[in-house]
Formats: sequence, structure tokens, C-alpha cells
Amino acid sequence: MSTPQPPMPQTAAPNWQAAPGSSYPTYTSPIPVVRTHLGHALASEWTKIRSVRSTMWTLGVFVLLVVGIGLAAAALVAANSADGGVGDENPLSLGFFGLLLGSMCIITLGVLTTASEYGTGMIRTTMTACPSRGRVLAAKAIVFFSVAFVVTLAASLVVALADVSMLDAREPTGQEWLKGTVGISLYIALLGLLSLVVGSIIRHSAGAITIMIGVLLAPLVIALFMFSESLQDLQQALFEYSIPNQLSVFYSQSLSSSGPSGWDPLWIMLVVTAAAFAAAYALLEKRDV
Amino acid sequence: MIEAVGLTKRYGDKTAVYNLSFQVRPGSVTGFLGPNGSGKSTTMRMILGLDNPTAGHVTIGGYPYRKLPNAPRQVGALLDAKAVHGGRAARNHLVSLAQLSGIPARRVDEVLGVVGLQDVAGKRSKGFSLGMGQRLGIAAALLGDPQVLLFDEPVNGLDPEGILWVRNLMKSLAAEGRTVFVSSHLMSEMALTADHLIVIGRGQLLADMSVKDFIAANSAGFARVRTPDTEPQLREKLAGALTEAGGHVLPEQDGALRVTGLPLPRISDIAHDTDVRLWELSPHQASLEEAYMRMTQGAVDYRSTTDQKAGLQQQLPPGAQPPMPVPGQGQPGWYAPPPPQQGGQPFAAPQGQPGPYGGPGAPAAAPAADAPNPYAQQTPQAPQAPAQPPAAPAPSAPAALTKPEDAR
Repeated sequence: MSTPQPPMPQTAAPNWQAAPGSSYPTYTSPIPVVRTHLGHALASEWTKIRSVRSTMWTLGVFVLLVVGIGLAAAALVAANSADGGVGDENPLSLGFFGLLLGSMCIITLGVLTTASEYGTGMIRTTMTACPSRGRVLAAKAIVFFSVAFVVTLAASLVVALADVSMLDAREPTGQEWLKGTVGISLYIALLGLLSLVVGSIIRHSAGAITIMIGVLLAPLVIALFMFSESLQDLQQALFEYSIPNQLSVFYSQSLSSSGPSGWDPLWIMLVVTAAAFAAAYALLEKRDV
Repeated sequence: MIEAVGLTKRYGDKTAVYNLSFQVRPGSVTGFLGPNGSGKSTTMRMILGLDNPTAGHVTIGGYPYRKLPNAPRQVGALLDAKAVHGGRAARNHLVSLAQLSGIPARRVDEVLGVVGLQDVAGKRSKGFSLGMGQRLGIAAALLGDPQVLLFDEPVNGLDPEGILWVRNLMKSLAAEGRTVFVSSHLMSEMALTADHLIVIGRGQLLADMSVKDFIAANSAGFARVRTPDTEPQLREKLAGALTEAGGHVLPEQDGALRVTGLPLPRISDIAHDTDVRLWELSPHQASLEEAYMRMTQGAVDYRSTTDQKAGLQQQLPPGAQPPMPVPGQGQPGWYAPPPPQQGGQPFAAPQGQPGPYGGPGAPAAAPAADAPNPYAQQTPQAPQAPAQPPAAPAPSAPAALTKPEDAR
């Protein structure tokens, strides 16, 4: 140690080759180099999302809220309805309250998936390891969307089954089942994906979460305070297109009679998310990390 | 091989890097030096395609970084130790990076062993010390077994043993034929590690040469002359005579004189002619550290000023002396201007031989006081046989020397 010398090349060190057009020796790794693709990025993002505690926390609270509030609402309605039934109502609609609150958790997780990398500086490591920035964003989007969809579907299915069994109501139609479970789960997962994209644009966790909660609640709250006659149309539109109202459309018990109906909310959210994704992709390629 | 051509980066109206052109060759360690805020990290980020240059371009092996096929297998980088998600375990962090470039998971455990983190592989990196964070960052850089390696301030926060390890690691990587590019603001560290130096200040190239040439071009000798302490008038007399003979004389704090521009025999003759006895007449080589500081003194962005504590001090009791200010603080141009011609009249360092920034009794500079100039004796061999200054003072003392704000 007292006379440090340049160590000899390790035995693992491979052939010394002259790079084309260069007289310098270069190092070649013995580990085979593979061509990378989206699959590698997906595996990496899957490792990332399941190796931080915030994922477990947000999803845990989400399931707790959705299932807890869903079951409590069903129990409350079952106990208080004198004749033991809710008549003509869609029994699945009792899952609405839990999902409305729970969507905050999905928003948080979506934002954290991208923005936390900026907050911690991890993004520089990630983008150095994968200079195809768009691939990273796509992998994040796919992994997060799948996780959010599966978890929401499981939670809403549990609530739906419990509601149907606890309440003495009519049997929901197949269409209602589909919208009340798969449809609403797709919607919530898309809302989370929008948050992820906003997180990538804003690059700041708290800022992006605030924006997304504003998007979630502000239209409804603003509409509540629009007393003026001249603003009635705007108030109506804000009500109808507010996210809580769009959520309720999946149970076909819209807060208003006009506005989006059927599967409309899903298409609206899909278009908005796709537009935001395109913007985030363009910004990501252009901006400095 | 890293090649930058006319690299320029502006942030708003601040130019971080201006018209930087250089080449980093394989098979040697290239040091990238500059004061804080001189554009080292910005240049590193542009090499890695994280920041887009405003003008010019930089390529690795002929490709811009973002066009490299499977980039992490060709280029490994330690940008900053805190560029990890603190909530993720060290091993998971590396696994996610390995998966991104199709590296087998077995390799993760290998590099964890190389950097000595195998025992804390399952711990979240939030709880890591700065040195452990650096090791994790180095592990990430080595993960792809790349042929080009970039390290931004790799020894920050490492213990003496870790510094020695990094030093040897970089040399061994270069000896395998890899390109190793290391940034630092510590000249002393680079003098021991690097074969080639690229020095920048305020985002512009100041020097691009081998360490040997850098020493030859920038460090010049001086003579130390000491007259009997008991007769201060002899000192004045000799100083006058030497100046008259064309020498450049600077008093040192302990009473000695630092003389440049005159050969030793001539100094002796003058002393003899003026009837001055000498207690010491010795040749000295200015350290690389000082040469570097002189070169970059005009390019330092963040310079400390004297802490006035105006209005906060109690009235001094009558007769008490106000404390002497620590030399080096709040004095721009502390270093003498560069010599008029290369290798000509050498620069004059200020009084206080160990380091201009270390005041008397400044604890950080204390180790340097006894061995004022670790490079003076070994400079000619520095690149080939980077000898071993006592590992502990080497990193700490120069750290204080280069960072005025630390030496208070």
C-alpha cells in the first residue's frame, strides 16, 4: 500500500482492441451487451414502484377507504331502510363515496411515481441509465396504470359484491356490473395516470398533488358559489363535468340530468390524459433533466 | 474517448460553460478541475445528455450520449451521491438500474461487494452517510462494466481509506484501458490521481495538459532566506540589497524572506557583500496547489470576505488589541499575479508558507504547517508514483486550502 502502482489489468479484463479509427486501447466488458427495449424499462419500473414504502401506504389507505366506506355505507343503508330495501336504486352506487375519497390516494401515488424522482434527484440516475426518456415515461405509465387498475378493480369488486349481498335491492344488470367495477376502475386508474403525467410536467410532488386535488374538487366547489343568473350555464357545465359527477355517472345516478352519460366520462378522461401525456413526452424530450 | 467541441451552455443570461473544447482519452485518468461553480458539473451533465448544450456538441466514442446503444453499458457515471430515492434499499436501487440496461442481477451483488456495501444492501439509502452514498453512486457507475467512466467529485465525504480506495480504483480502471474522467476542486487529490488535467474557470478552458507539463509550466521555485532572529535590522538590510539586485522579496510570517528572481549563489554573494549572516538559504518548489490557485484566482466566483461582526462586538477593554484578521480573508488578489512570461519570474506567494488560507492556529490548516508543501519534493514524480502523503492530512488539509470559506 505504501507504493501504489498502477494495478495490472484484471484477469477478467478482456481483449484489448483498437477501436476503429483510433490507436488507443479500449476496454471491452465480458458481460454480454443486450439491445434494450421497453420490456427492460417495464421491469425496472416494476422494481421501483414496489420497492418504496409510499406505494404500500397510498394503496393500503386507498383499499381501506374504498372497502371501509363502501361497507359502512351499505351497512348503514341496510340498517336504516325500514322495509329492508332501497327499491329501484342501483345497489353498486354505494361504492361511490369510498372511491371519491380513495381517488386522492391514487392521485398521490401517481404524482409520486414521477415527481418523487425529481425531488430526490433519482431522475438524473434514471435518465443516465436510460437516455430514451420517452421509454421511461411510457414504462412508468404502463406499470402505474396496471397497478392502479388492478387494485381499484379488486377493491370495487369487493364493495360491489358486499353491497349486493347486504342490501335487499334489485339485481344489477350486466351493464351496471361492468360500469360499476371495470368502468370505474379504468376511470380511477386514468385519473391516476393523469396525475403521473402532471407530476412529470410539474416535477414537484406537492405542487402536482395540489393541482390534481384542485382538478378533482375545484369545479364543484366553484360551481357551488356561482349564484349569479348570468353564470348559470357555466355553473351547470362545471357541475356536470366535475370529476365527482363523472364518477357518479358510472352508477347512472348523475347529480344532474344532462351532461355526460353512459361511458362518456371514460372517453373524456382518456382524451385529456392522452393530450397531457403527449405534452409531457414532448417536454421531457426537450427540457434539461 | 470523450470529445467536446465548442461546448456552450447558458441558463438565462448566465453563461455556465463557454466554448469548451477538449478530448478525454482512454487508458488514463483525466482530472477535471475548477473552482466551485466553474461549470464542471454542467459539463458532466451535457456529456451525459441530461442538459442540452446551447451550442457545440459532445460525443462519446463518436456518438452523442443519447444516441448510444445501451448507454449504461458503455458509460458509467457518478453525478452526485444524493441522486437516489432515499426510500429505496440500496440493492433494489441497483437492481432497477441493472434491469434498465439488461444487466444480470448477479452483477448487482458483485458491485455491492466492490464498493463494500454488501452488509447494508437491504437498508434504505436515506440512512446512508455521505460516504456510503458516494459508494452507492460508484457502484451504480460500475454496474454496466463500462469503458467510459465519469465521476463528479467522487471523494466528497469519504474517509481517508475510502479516498485511497477511490484513487486506486480509478487508476486500475484506467489501466484496463478505460476512459476515466474525474472532476474535483481539489488539486491535491488530482495531483495524486490524474495523468492529464483539464482546468476550467468561469466555464472556460484554462489548461489542457498532462500533470507533468502542468507542473513544469505553473510551479516555480523560490529561495527561503533566514537571517538571525536576534538582529532584525539585518533582515531589512538584506531585503534592500536583494531588491536592488533585481530580486523579488516577500517577508514570511516567521521572519524568513521568500526570494524569487535570483539564483541561490547570487543571494549568498549579496549576503556576503552586505555583511549579513544567514541562518538559512534553501531552495523550494511552489506546490501544484498554489499553481492551480494562482491559475484560477481570477475565476473564483465565490470568495469569502472577512467576518466583520459589525455592531455585534463588545467594546474592547482599554488597552486590549483587536484580534488579528486571519490572512487570506477578504483580500482579493491574495495571490500575486502570474509571472510575465512562462517559467520566468515565478509567482510570489504570500507570507505564511503553509497555505495562504490557513491562518495561524487555524485547525484545518494545522497538519499542513509542518509539511507545508507535500508536492514540493515529489512534483517531478507526482504523476507516475503518486506517493503516499499521510492519508489523513492529505484530504483534509488541502480541503481547507482550496475552500476559503472553510478556513476560518
